[in-house]
Amino acid sequence: MNEIDHLGTSLLADVAGAQDEAALEQVRIAALGKAGSISALLKTLGAMTPDERKEKGPLINGLRDRVQTALTARREALAEAALEAKLASETLDVSLPVREGPEARGRIHPISQVIDEITAIFGDMGFSIAEGPDVETDDLNFTKLNFPVGHPAREMHDTFFFAPDASGERKLLRTHTSPVQVRTMLAQEPPIRVICPGRTYRMDSDQTHTPMFHQVEGLVIDRQAHLGHLKWVLEEFCKAFFEIDNVKMRFRPSFFPFTEPSMEVDIQCSRKGGEIRFGEGDDWLEILGCGMVHPNVLKNCGVDPEVYQGFAWGMGIDRIAMLKYGMPDLRPFFEADVRWLSHYGFRPLDLPTLTGGLSSS
Amino acid sequence: MKFTLSWLKDHLETDASVDAIAETLTRVGLEVEGVEDKAKALAPFTIAYVIEAKQHPNADRLRVCMVDTGAGEPVQVVCGAPNARTGMKSVFSPPGTYIPGKDMTLGKGVIRGVESNGMLCSAAELQLSEDHDGIIDLPEDAPVGQPYAAYAGLGDPVIEIAVTPNRADALGLSGIARDLAAADLGTLKTPAVAPLRGAFPCPVDVKLDFAPEDKALCPAFALRLVRGVRNGPSPEWLQARLRAVGLRPINVLVDITNFMTLDRSRPLHVFDAAKVKGDLVVRRAKAGESILALDGKTYELTDEQVVIADENGVESLAGIMGGEASGCDEGTTDVLVESALWDPLNIARSGRALGITSDARYRFERGVDPDFCRPGLDLATAMIVELCGGEASEMVFAGALPESPRAIDFPWSEVKRLTGLELPEAEMKLALTSLGFHVSGAGERVKVAPPSWRAEVAGKADLVEEILRIAGLDRVASTPLPRIKGEVPKPVLTVLQKRTRGAKRLLASRGMVESVTWSFISQDAATLFGGGSPALALANPIAADLSDMRPSLLPGLIRSSQANADRGFGDVALFEVGQVFQSDQPEGQLMAAAGLRRGTARLEGAGRHWDGAAKAVDAFDAKADVMALLAGLGVPVGGLQVVPGGPDWAHPGRSATLRFGPKVVIGAFGEVHPRVLKALDVKGPLVAFEIHLDALPLPKSKPTKVKPKLVLSGFQPVTRDFAFIVDKATAAGEMVKSAQNTDRALISEVSVFDLYEGQGVEAGKKSVALAVTLQPVEKTLTEAEIEAVGAKIVAEMAKRYGAALRG
Repeated sequence: MNEIDHLGTSLLADVAGAQDEAALEQVRIAALGKAGSISALLKTLGAMTPDERKEKGPLINGLRDRVQTALTARREALAEAALEAKLASETLDVSLPVREGPEARGRIHPISQVIDEITAIFGDMGFSIAEGPDVETDDLNFTKLNFPVGHPAREMHDTFFFAPDASGERKLLRTHTSPVQVRTMLAQEPPIRVICPGRTYRMDSDQTHTPMFHQVEGLVIDRQAHLGHLKWVLEEFCKAFFEIDNVKMRFRPSFFPFTEPSMEVDIQCSRKGGEIRFGEGDDWLEILGCGMVHPNVLKNCGVDPEVYQGFAWGMGIDRIAMLKYGMPDLRPFFEADVRWLSHYGFRPLDLPTLTGGLSSS
Repeated sequence: MKFTLSWLKDHLETDASVDAIAETLTRVGLEVEGVEDKAKALAPFTIAYVIEAKQHPNADRLRVCMVDTGAGEPVQVVCGAPNARTGMKSVFSPPGTYIPGKDMTLGKGVIRGVESNGMLCSAAELQLSEDHDGIIDLPEDAPVGQPYAAYAGLGDPVIEIAVTPNRADALGLSGIARDLAAADLGTLKTPAVAPLRGAFPCPVDVKLDFAPEDKALCPAFALRLVRGVRNGPSPEWLQARLRAVGLRPINVLVDITNFMTLDRSRPLHVFDAAKVKGDLVVRRAKAGESILALDGKTYELTDEQVVIADENGVESLAGIMGGEASGCDEGTTDVLVESALWDPLNIARSGRALGITSDARYRFERGVDPDFCRPGLDLATAMIVELCGGEASEMVFAGALPESPRAIDFPWSEVKRLTGLELPEAEMKLALTSLGFHVSGAGERVKVAPPSWRAEVAGKADLVEEILRIAGLDRVASTPLPRIKGEVPKPVLTVLQKRTRGAKRLLASRGMVESVTWSFISQDAATLFGGGSPALALANPIAADLSDMRPSLLPGLIRSSQANADRGFGDVALFEVGQVFQSDQPEGQLMAAAGLRRGTARLEGAGRHWDGAAKAVDAFDAKADVMALLAGLGVPVGGLQVVPGGPDWAHPGRSATLRFGPKVVIGAFGEVHPRVLKALDVKGPLVAFEIHLDALPLPKSKPTKVKPKLVLSGFQPVTRDFAFIVDKATAAGEMVKSAQNTDRALISEVSVFDLYEGQGVEAGKKSVALAVTLQPVEKTLTEAEIEAVGAKIVAEMAKRYGAALRG
């Protein structure tokens, strides 16, 4: 039918020619609105005979559907074009720097980090963390640990003391974390496996000594613990801590009042250009002191040395931190210089674990 | 302790190399601190003859020498030394030699067009002296081609060992040799001491003048006179030995005492008998007495020190140092030789009190071999007679030698028990006997008597150590420590330990930098923060500003913030988690967490930025930190009270105390008080918080790990806004709580979304705008129901705070 075809051609041309939403709407109203051309054709259907309607109905409805589809498609195309145009105008200078987030700025002090590393290793071996006060008694810091009367460490030039109190007792700042071992043995029945990290104090000040420093000691007491076990614990610790596959250690006889036999332990290393590397080289570096707990110390702590035995060791946390992470000088550890802390410190989520590795790259 | 290899060989028959000896010393517990082996270091340096030295064709100051090195054809060497001349003998080093004085390796070279195949050396280039003036000029008879070091007597390596305090016996060559012999490095050959018979009675008597309780101050004192001696320089061998170990030869009498100290760890003293008046009295010094000692210094004495006196007064500081007045010199003809025993503790204390370190003190305070008191005197006397002539008197001996140490009941199994190492009995026994221990009995348990020079060996563990150090610690096999129970380790951290670790990570994640500051601070700073009590003041601080235990982490952090600002980093956010001290009792030590922000160091960043500059920090930054910390640690903050006003360190109007009820104060936050800033010489703006982690409520222990069931409402929440006009002093936080409490079932959240003062609001008043969220659980709320809750809130605000809805 010419009329309908003609109208269809004309309307589809109008749809295609609409350049924006508004023009398209005009075309829709003109075609499908109340007074629209297609609406007018649809109205004629009512007056037709069934035969006429049977013939023209599909043609008019077909026309309506074609125009409707064209309108929808054109609307989508216009919307798409409008969005493209909008997007084209919406640009940012993405090179602009954003503020560094708090997670990037925050730092964990190397001492805290190393304590967490030590805890991860010894925690896995079944050690608990024991702590005690920094202000100690002479009895717990010296006497119970088998320091003889008159030992030089008991003098004012080595140890920080407080004025005697009303009862004449002169407290002191612990010179090692060994009093924590004593407190543990006094409070707990064997078997005992603890490490004691903490602050310690001695009258010392130079590049590698500060009047305050950090130590970690370990203590194992049971019915069998012997030197062979001690060796294994320390070897495993050093491998895990320094994150190397092999470590060669040298145990040398030495002397401490609180252990017998006593040993100092050297670790094999190379020193090239001021950098210390473990697991290679042919130099030795002293790293810790250790030994079998002296029977007098066991007795002083209420442990029967004929029944129980065990070993203990101690090392400087700051020192092993310096060895692992390469800080050349101890003093800046306590100067809170943000430049030093930002450089040598650790990110907040650098959590040392045995599963994920102690230090992240 | 320093000694030379040749000296050691007086006591030890051995072919072992210096390296083997050094390694063994360390292995048995006499740690080698250094080996100075000139013969090894200077091995390539040989004696050479300068056949001809003629002027260099292209350089005024250089000479071209033809050198006979004793090895084949003459070598051409260009030399810059002014003393290089034809016919001289000097020291030659070939190319490839490391030159210690120049820290370089010599190469072949062409100097100003003339080939040079080695170097003639100065003493400075060999690091033998500071002499750079010319090459070494040797006598005509120096043997060409021979190593220079051996020719110059530098061939004797010097070994230095560190001796632990329990090994006084190793402070003499005889003791060191004994250890090495026990470790199978050679045969001990220390000569036995023949008892010496005096020719006449000693004319000087000795009296030990002590109260009965003081007898231990000088258990024994032996003395002899040698008359008719010639004192003077020691023979060259003795001088060389002393020089090699760093001692200055003085005269033969004094040198013999030094020799005995090092050779046998037996300090002695010699008095010039002509200068001693009357008999010798050993006693406590009297207050007011003094002595001019051999170091040229005068020491004022107290009755804490023991002296040897005669009718002239104090002649010697017992066991530490002799006196100038009775010292031996070139004119000495009659000499009194003393060999005594002293109380180690008294010697240590006296030495410290007087500030004297001497080889004698060093040995006496560690304990010398009492049984060698008499033989030591005999040996020294024999040496004096041999080297100085003269005639020795009989020995005067006062006091008594202490009893030998008790024998130790020793089961051989103790070695395996403590070390895990199983050794044959014969080997263990040999180790002990070669160290001088006497083993009696047979079978599994024996009696072991320590030798007189090992008084500190008192128990089984000591014997295990002796056996082990000779057997070798490297023989102890590394043995895995079995787990106590099961395979997966149980958690070990306490709540406080977890909170301490957590606090650090949390504060760092807020952009703060962890500091570790001194546990001791100045007394002024301590006082400002509520500390400074005498019980927490050090009696001997290392510095005036490190004198008092810190009552708070803040003084250290505040001072550090200023130090950073002084370096040009003013916008810092620092924190510390560490111990603070409220008393000298263990429970007076608390674990605190503190943080501060300075300048514009806010959470989102500091300083200017294209997206908007950070404003200066205020108390709410500190509040946000502490609230985040509590939340991060999982502390339930429902019962937390924020009470206006903080401790003395805080600005009174811009700070608050944090507590769970009046008795559970956990800390505070706020702006740092301007007076505190001034007193600490610090500039703000500075805001801070500090809490005590020990004071935080503990988490409730729950029977299971199951979380409470989540109940979600299917109905939309509704929010209504209210703006109230209240007095300026009204706490908005309280208003929030009150609003919440009007209908706890329905109101899920109340927030303050606006604060306003100024135009449109009456002076002295403020507008607080609350957004109240209602969360229905059973059905959608009707407008009337919402209105009813609103009306209740408005009524409650009016009643509690006199609040009116803003018009």
